[in-house]
Amino acid sequence: MPHLDAAYNLARYLMRNDYDADDAVQDACLRALRYFGGFRGGDGRVWLLKIVRNACYTRLRRGRSRELEAEFDDELSSPDAEVANPETLVLRSADAGALTRALDQLPEEFREILVMREMEGLSYKEIADVTTLPIGTVMSRLARARKRMQRLLLAGPAKES
Amino acid sequence: MTCEEARPLLDAYIDGELELMLSFDIERHVRGCAACARAVGNIRALSGELSAGAAYYSAPPALAARVRAAIRNEQRAQGRALLPLVRFNVRWVAGAAALLMAAIVGSAVLVPRPSPDDAIARAVVADHVRSLMENHLTDVLSSDQHTVKPWFDGRVDFAPPVEDFAARGFPLVGGRLDYLSDRAVAAVIYRRRKHVINLFVWPTPGARDTAMTTGVRQGYNLVHWTRAGLTYWVVSNLNGAELREFSEMVLARG
Repeated sequence: MPHLDAAYNLARYLMRNDYDADDAVQDACLRALRYFGGFRGGDGRVWLLKIVRNACYTRLRRGRSRELEAEFDDELSSPDAEVANPETLVLRSADAGALTRALDQLPEEFREILVMREMEGLSYKEIADVTTLPIGTVMSRLARARKRMQRLLLAGPAKES
Repeated sequence: MTCEEARPLLDAYIDGELELMLSFDIERHVRGCAACARAVGNIRALSGELSAGAAYYSAPPALAARVRAAIRNEQRAQGRALLPLVRFNVRWVAGAAALLMAAIVGSAVLVPRPSPDDAIARAVVADHVRSLMENHLTDVLSSDQHTVKPWFDGRVDFAPPVEDFAARGFPLVGGRLDYLSDRAVAAVIYRRRKHVINLFVWPTPGARDTAMTTGVRQGYNLVHWTRAGLTYWVVSNLNGAELREFSEMVLARG
């Protein structure tokens, strides 16, 4: 069940627990059926991921409607944008736990883009279709997401190199 | 090109998303710049870790069953609601639902014209699915082509293309002996991120070479060609573009 796995993986990373991921995917599949008229052919996976993503964000927003969320801004320059001499990143392949924990610490916008690019192998164009972002924003956001991930991994317990 | 110009483009460069000329410019700059080369190495390392090392959450079987049931119910409810009003809509809804089922849960869509290749494609997909069940994937588990290749030698009378494409993101996983359409076939298993790729090969003496054809069946992507008396089928839930890239690589080396 190729698309269902892709849908579930994205939902699981966005919701960060099985129960809500289940719920969001099931809901998204029903929505997909109701709005099938909106499917104009093309890649069914991209179309389904888009619906799943919307279902997740609806739930996430509902959960934090009272919280004041600091809107983060991709284009705001930050010190990490220009690292003159990056440290060499030492990664331990065995430690899937550290990777997953670091992913979970990222803001959703960064987490989802890494899931789509690195786990599903979506192109920038496909990610732009799923997220309805301009392709240039996909590029800069992915770059920032990777930098954040690198920082998290360098700052983590596996710091010494 | 300066570092300031190159840095924001390194990710897109690694992802193969830059146009060719720009990509060459970056490549030239990275070759002469240790800091940018290190940045490229870091991005590659992270990318590799995330695709191979981070958890991939597959849909639990219970969820798939629930989704199927929910879709069936919805379909029935919609059918009932529409029946007295517009008759042809019912058929449309049923057709849409069938397509959707195929897109989401990978159930079969009726293919109108059956052909010999069709029966083989069906068998190939069935075998791929079977191979994904626990402990059915490999008979010989090794990423070393010098282990997998001799293993096949004693079992089939042809040489399947066994080569570790890890450097290009398609590591070798192992080999397996299978029976498809009443003949022994070699299955060479590769991986792309979390996606298993089965490459089936068997001899068809005297068969003419055919160009690569691609297709989708039950939600799985298929690539097929014949070359030098060997028939090749590649199947995976990997996206079509990357599966084709893999196939071109095998064809070029085969």
